[in-house]
Amino acid sequence: MTAASISASPISAAPTLEVRNLQTHFFTRAGVVKAVDGVSFTVPRGKVLGLVGESGSGKTVTGFSIIGLVDPPGRIVGGEILYQGKNLASLSEEEMRHLRGNRIAMIFQDPMMTLNPVLRIDTQMIETVRAHTKVSHEEARQRARDTLGMVGIPSPDERLKSYPHQFSGGMRQRVAIAIALLHRPELIVADEPTTALDVTIQGQILAEVQKLAATTGTSLIWITHDLSVVAGLADEIAVMYAGRVVEHGLVEQVLDRPLHPYTAGLIGSVPSRNKRGEPLRQIPGMTPSLLSLPAGCAFRSRCPRAGEECGIEPPIREILPGRDARCHRPILEAAEVASA
Amino acid sequence: MSVYLLRRLIQALGVVLVMSLIVFIGVFAIGDPVEILISPDADQIERERAIVALGLDKPLWLQYLSFLGNALRGDLGRSFVFNEPALQLILNRMPATLELAFGAMFLALLVGLPLGLYAGLKPNSPVSKGIMAGSILGFSLPTFWVGLMLIMVFAVQLGWLPSTGRGETREILGMRWSFLTRDGLAHMAMPALNLALFKISLVIRLTRAGVRETMLMDYVKFARAKGLSPARVTFVHVFKNILIPVVTVVGLELGSTIAFSVVTESVFAWPGMGKLIIDSINVLDRPVIVAYLMIIVLMFITINLVVDLTYSVLDPRVRLEGK
Amino acid sequence: MSTTTLPAAPAAPAVPPKVETPFRRFVSEFAESKIALGGLIVFTLIALIAIFAPWISPQNPYDLAQLDIMDGRMEPGTVGGDGFTFWLGTDDQGRDMLSGIMYGLRISLTVGAGSALIACLVGASLGLLAAYAGGKTDSAIMRLVDLQLSFPAILAALMILAFLGKSVTNVVIALVIVEWAYYARTVRGTALVERRREYIEAAQCLALPTRRILFRHLLPNCLPPLIVVGTMQVARAIALEATLSFLGLGVPITEPSLGLLIANGYEYMLSGKYWISFYPGIALLITIVSINLVGDQLRDVLNPRLKK
Ligand SMILES: Nc1ncnc2c1ncn2[C@@H]1O[C@H](COP(=O)(O)OP(=O)(O)OP(=O)(O)O)[C@@H](O)[C@H]1O
Ligand code: SF4
Ligand SMILES: [Mg+2]
Repeated sequence: MTAASISASPISAAPTLEVRNLQTHFFTRAGVVKAVDGVSFTVPRGKVLGLVGESGSGKTVTGFSIIGLVDPPGRIVGGEILYQGKNLASLSEEEMRHLRGNRIAMIFQDPMMTLNPVLRIDTQMIETVRAHTKVSHEEARQRARDTLGMVGIPSPDERLKSYPHQFSGGMRQRVAIAIALLHRPELIVADEPTTALDVTIQGQILAEVQKLAATTGTSLIWITHDLSVVAGLADEIAVMYAGRVVEHGLVEQVLDRPLHPYTAGLIGSVPSRNKRGEPLRQIPGMTPSLLSLPAGCAFRSRCPRAGEECGIEPPIREILPGRDARCHRPILEAAEVASA
Repeated sequence: MSVYLLRRLIQALGVVLVMSLIVFIGVFAIGDPVEILISPDADQIERERAIVALGLDKPLWLQYLSFLGNALRGDLGRSFVFNEPALQLILNRMPATLELAFGAMFLALLVGLPLGLYAGLKPNSPVSKGIMAGSILGFSLPTFWVGLMLIMVFAVQLGWLPSTGRGETREILGMRWSFLTRDGLAHMAMPALNLALFKISLVIRLTRAGVRETMLMDYVKFARAKGLSPARVTFVHVFKNILIPVVTVVGLELGSTIAFSVVTESVFAWPGMGKLIIDSINVLDRPVIVAYLMIIVLMFITINLVVDLTYSVLDPRVRLEGK
Repeated sequence: MSTTTLPAAPAAPAVPPKVETPFRRFVSEFAESKIALGGLIVFTLIALIAIFAPWISPQNPYDLAQLDIMDGRMEPGTVGGDGFTFWLGTDDQGRDMLSGIMYGLRISLTVGAGSALIACLVGASLGLLAAYAGGKTDSAIMRLVDLQLSFPAILAALMILAFLGKSVTNVVIALVIVEWAYYARTVRGTALVERRREYIEAAQCLALPTRRILFRHLLPNCLPPLIVVGTMQVARAIALEATLSFLGLGVPITEPSLGLLIANGYEYMLSGKYWISFYPGIALLITIVSINLVGDQLRDVLNPRLKK
């Protein structure tokens, strides 16, 4: 990761990962749940992509699709996940396993649940090192200790011998992050890693991750439903709604001037954006059931701009240079943002 | 840890006292102690002498105390039939029962863990359904009848295995063991399998339920996300978690295994404590019955204690809370 | 659990023809498992055979006049001296095994169901008492339950029979003593939950006598779990009785249950005369498996409702 590649324009540089029209469906007894149904985005080298959306919009399923951990009854049914010119969706399980935790790592939402309660931290770290590189136990332990130090865990030698329940939530998440960093991956999928933590810890971890990503040249997909986190951390943003990416672009541009009514609604509901005394704005209505999405635009029933043509499903298209959105009637006037 | 141990020991002692009281009441209050403790062949004068000698003319609570005192000194009466101290008699038979019980539990784990693991990992495969149906059968089959069928097939029809007895034994630590010789092992095979049948079903069910529950845990998915091999995920991350409950239950089952060996030992004429107690009951050799009962109670309590401690060693969360 | 609790509305043609009563729903949910349904049918047949054994069995195996020692130990399917076919062979006394099994079922089922019923009455009463009285009574009863449950049933039953001697009554007593604790624990658990519910408070406010509260209000709610435990315990009781009888400590020789029949065949097993033990064992196995299948499904059907 040279400085040049980091400073290069994110859109033009060869991306670390490119997701094209990903479709991951769950074949349940009640019917087919189209949890992810048309997700496209790119993750530029050394940059952070914020993946935002309401609960149930398919962010986690997207993350699991990327690392190839969608379990039955779920299955990737379409689209491509391009990494170094290979389509991850078509790799064999064994080939995928060699990438997982090695070139592409994932951090989970709930730090209390991600570490195995009956195994010591050193076991859980060393096994990760040795799963991908032939090193001695001692070398692996050395690497584990260094990485723990990197994520800000004091006296890592001692802590290595502890069990997860001896750590606080924040510390556990640091351990999980350290495990993700062990092999200096090119991409980390972080699934709301700070949501379960309190705000100060959250801030610390964010700052550290940002620093680490910059120094190691790692790209990040940061899944969250907190726009303020995205604003502070991400370079690009992809907004998901009902299993689809509805808007994708550079963070400042999207947050300053959202094109999709849903994005605008999300921005409008962030507390800091509301004036004091004004009631908190919310997007009216509820996420539609993924089992039976209505025809046309999935956001139609909640959309203030919906019109006749919205009965036909809008394709994702480049509306402004470098700005994609999935909407027939994107917000093009700056003044419209406030009224959305 | 030591406080915990002490508390558990005191509790255990309490249970021993209660059980000794129950046994005492069983023998002295419900049954006729004269009939129970004095050989039925004794004549009138012998009986009176014995009543005084045994202190049966004293008040009940005094009798209980002296019963306790004797028990503490290891004196639980003499067998009418063998004319030997009852305790000694039972202790002599204990190795046979213990090796049978441990053999059965070993078999239960050896067979039950892999089958349960398979059924848990592939819950929808026909093989798993077969395994589960088999485990229902294992719960329903009456042990003694299965024993008979084993004898019928493997001893009578096929002639592969001997049907009764311990076979050749070898002495270690002053006790005779069958599992150290080939012939002994051949003799042990059927009884151990018979005794294990119920436990195999239990282990299968526990393991399967544990695997299915654990597989859904985030930490298993995280282990996979680290790129570990499926074998490592299954055998270290999943298996180690389910081992704790399974080991606990199987450990707790040692007591009931020893209890149920009564049936198996009778079917296969295995000369252990179980066969002894059935024979003793059939000839009303009651000092042996009392001694057996007290030993079993002690065994149970010890097993419970050991299992608790094992549990705290295996599960780090328990271990630290106990400190 | 009965149709009377929710009177079926008069069926108007506009509404769906079947009115959903809890009982109907229970029946249709139970019937969802074909295996369980099969179990129920098989068990009903077995129960009928047991009840009507004296009328339908080919022979009265305990009428010595009907037995011919010359017919002893005949293989299944042989025709006896008087032209009578022994489909399942005969035992050493020349008794028709099929008839023996029918009569044996009668005794096994009577002892199993009878002891389960009495244990249920005793256990449920004590469980209710524990839940309702609380405090010292509760902890005393529950201590006893724990003690009982920590001790293997087979041993406890052996000991009781060793002290009491063998007879059908004593077997039942022993079975009741080893099984009451399961019912007590189940009822206490449910009753504790139900007790906190409003209607009990309402009943208490109305100053109804305790006995009435217990039996009219608490017990009906404890019924579903009791039925589940009860079903399983009947199977257990039958198996335990058979085991005790096999060990020679159960029913006396004059009233042979399946277990005793199996025991009688034991010595002939080694000479290859398998049928004396084999067929009673099959009958025992089918009985226990069918009850367990029904019990398994009952648990699945009745449990989710308990959680609601
Ligand atoms: N195993 C599964 N079976 C059926 N449906 C599933 C399964 N896993 C996820 N889904 C469905 O997929 C949809 C997307 O879920 P996902 O977990 O990706 O949402 P999310 O955006 O991560 O939400 P959150 O912010 O709550 O984490 C949900 O509607 C969910 O019901
Ligand atoms: S396509 Fe129509 S309904 Fe959908 S977001 Fe755009 S304007 Fe709203
Ligand atoms: Mg999620």
